[in-house]
Amino acid sequence: MKHFIPFIVAGDPCEEVTIDLAIALEQTGATMLELGVPYSDPLADGPIIQRAASRALKNGMTLTKALTLIGQMRKKGVKIPIIVFTYYNPVLQLGEERFFALAQQNGASGVLIPDLPFEESEHMRTLGETYDIPYISLVAPTSNERIAMIASKAQSFLYCVSSLGVTGVRDSLPTKLHEFLQQVKSYSRVPVVVGFGISTAEQVERLQHVCDGIVIGSAIVQKIEQLQDELNDVHTRQEALRVFSQYVASLIEPLKMRVRKNESETTTKTTKTVSTGQTD
Amino acid sequence: MLTLPNERGRFGMFGGKFVPETLMRPLADIEQQLYEALADPSFHAEYMRHLYEYSGRPTALTFAKNLTERLGGAKMYFKREDLNHTGAHKINNAIGQALLARRMGKRKIIAETGAGQHGVAAATVAARFGMECKVFMGEEDVKRQALNVFRMKLLGAQVIPVTSGNRTLKDATNEAIRYWVEHCDDHFYMIGSVVGPHPYPMMVREFQRIIGEEAREQMLKAEGKLPHTIIACVGGGSNAIGMFHPFLDDDVECIGVEAAGKGVHTTEHAATITKGTKGVIHGSLTYVLQDEHGQITEPYSISAGLDYPGVGPEHAYLAHIGRVRYESVTDEEAIAALQMTAEMEGIIPAIESAHALAKAFQIAPLRSREEIILVCLSGRGDKDVQTVMNYLEGDEQE
Repeated sequence: MKHFIPFIVAGDPCEEVTIDLAIALEQTGATMLELGVPYSDPLADGPIIQRAASRALKNGMTLTKALTLIGQMRKKGVKIPIIVFTYYNPVLQLGEERFFALAQQNGASGVLIPDLPFEESEHMRTLGETYDIPYISLVAPTSNERIAMIASKAQSFLYCVSSLGVTGVRDSLPTKLHEFLQQVKSYSRVPVVVGFGISTAEQVERLQHVCDGIVIGSAIVQKIEQLQDELNDVHTRQEALRVFSQYVASLIEPLKMRVRKNESETTTKTTKTVSTGQTD
Repeated sequence: MLTLPNERGRFGMFGGKFVPETLMRPLADIEQQLYEALADPSFHAEYMRHLYEYSGRPTALTFAKNLTERLGGAKMYFKREDLNHTGAHKINNAIGQALLARRMGKRKIIAETGAGQHGVAAATVAARFGMECKVFMGEEDVKRQALNVFRMKLLGAQVIPVTSGNRTLKDATNEAIRYWVEHCDDHFYMIGSVVGPHPYPMMVREFQRIIGEEAREQMLKAEGKLPHTIIACVGGGSNAIGMFHPFLDDDVECIGVEAAGKGVHTTEHAATITKGTKGVIHGSLTYVLQDEHGQITEPYSISAGLDYPGVGPEHAYLAHIGRVRYESVTDEEAIAALQMTAEMEGIIPAIESAHALAKAFQIAPLRSREEIILVCLSGRGDKDVQTVMNYLEGDEQE
């Protein structure tokens, strides 16, 4: 089975709804969740996620609150691994050790920091092993000879950035993407997932054959933005969640078709490695 | 001290490369080409040729006779970076980086700007070297600095208004970096100050140290000795590093002056070293104005060039080890110093430089007549005339 990893921002449009969205995503077929912590200066994000971060910050979201939110999701029955996506500065202010302790306490399953490259992340990777909260590394189309180095220390899974640029909704993905993913897979002992720019079922269909999972962020966050008023209003929330789930289901339809086709195949092995956050 | 940063781009604990993975390869390329260029005598010769033939260096060292007499203490000298082509020290760095970009085969330049001085310098060298130039500028600054926006357009650059955040320098820098991530294969990012990921802080320092090198020689010629005190303003801190660096191993007191805005006891200031804490901004570990949750807060200063919530990592280091002292000056004190310099010496300094002058005027009367204070007058004030006018008129109305 291929991984479907949706990304949402903690506190967008509000804390309560973030929990509902996590539940809805799990029910719709998410095998992992990437929970974004809003930041004042999100260098790796395009306009859609920037706006979501602004909304969440206005709601008073912080790194500590986002971690607590994971604990609340766990209490409400969310079982899938939850990866914390945060910029480095909030972690630095909270303290790296304290961050991992809180992450562990609240049931987080991994951490991904887009502005902390391999050379600067040794301490975080070590702490990731100590606390059994894998530190997820990224590789980019410009990584070239860095891929082997990064892959050799990869924990849990490797996150491939599909194209040059920040997060966002893209009409087309680079022609060399398949080649890049195959190159990364040849070095990697852990599953290889791809993200950045993936926003249509057609892209999911084409990519699923060359990777172990797909991250969809901006397209989903954009849908939340469109539905924010209905999601915030308790009277219309259930209907809005239904519309949201329907949209997400349509995006990942190609993955489900594959699951149905390959039902008998032994595909649980990869899932197990990732979902237990094994660091190998 | 003069050999820093180390191979990881650190000045002590400060600096580093806190950027998305996509930029690690482009940064390594710049680093390698920069080290090769700095070791290449022909690169240095060409850089110097452009500084002398195009920017009009060496800039003068001016004895501020009237101010010295009025203040009745130490002798005051100005290093006149305002006399550079385009009106500030920014051109030194722009020429250096343009030559490096050309050496790397890149003909498209990206730059960020606050007040527009670095934007104008980038647009100027792009025109001179036949390069394309995109300048990212906060929408708020685009409105405040209409004249500089038009200058950049006259020079053939494209000015891109940035609408995220508070729409000022910090946001313009974010957007320039985002654009660079997407176009790093054929664009060169020309950062305007000693900020950003390694090797930028070190590169910009190397292209600004001409200020201190010249001043040192001129001072020895004029007085036969080094100054006792050197003062420069610090936003990101490029004119200050350029001025201080050649003196760091000497027994010379160095003072960096930050913008206190409406006072460091208020929330409206840009005094990053005075009031900030350790954090990461624009790819570098340094002192940052931020809240307890690690969100960067909005700075304030009347001077757009000092209105920045971070500071160059080398300044953070020099503050940490106590080699340079960092103090701050309010809007009000800076404007008063600007007026005094205009009236007594016939020089209208930039509001940024007026922060350094204000500190010098406070210190000079306390020092003996044997002492020498050297101030980096980093830019001219033509760009600020409207701002000063508004400020003084607002004053009269109150």
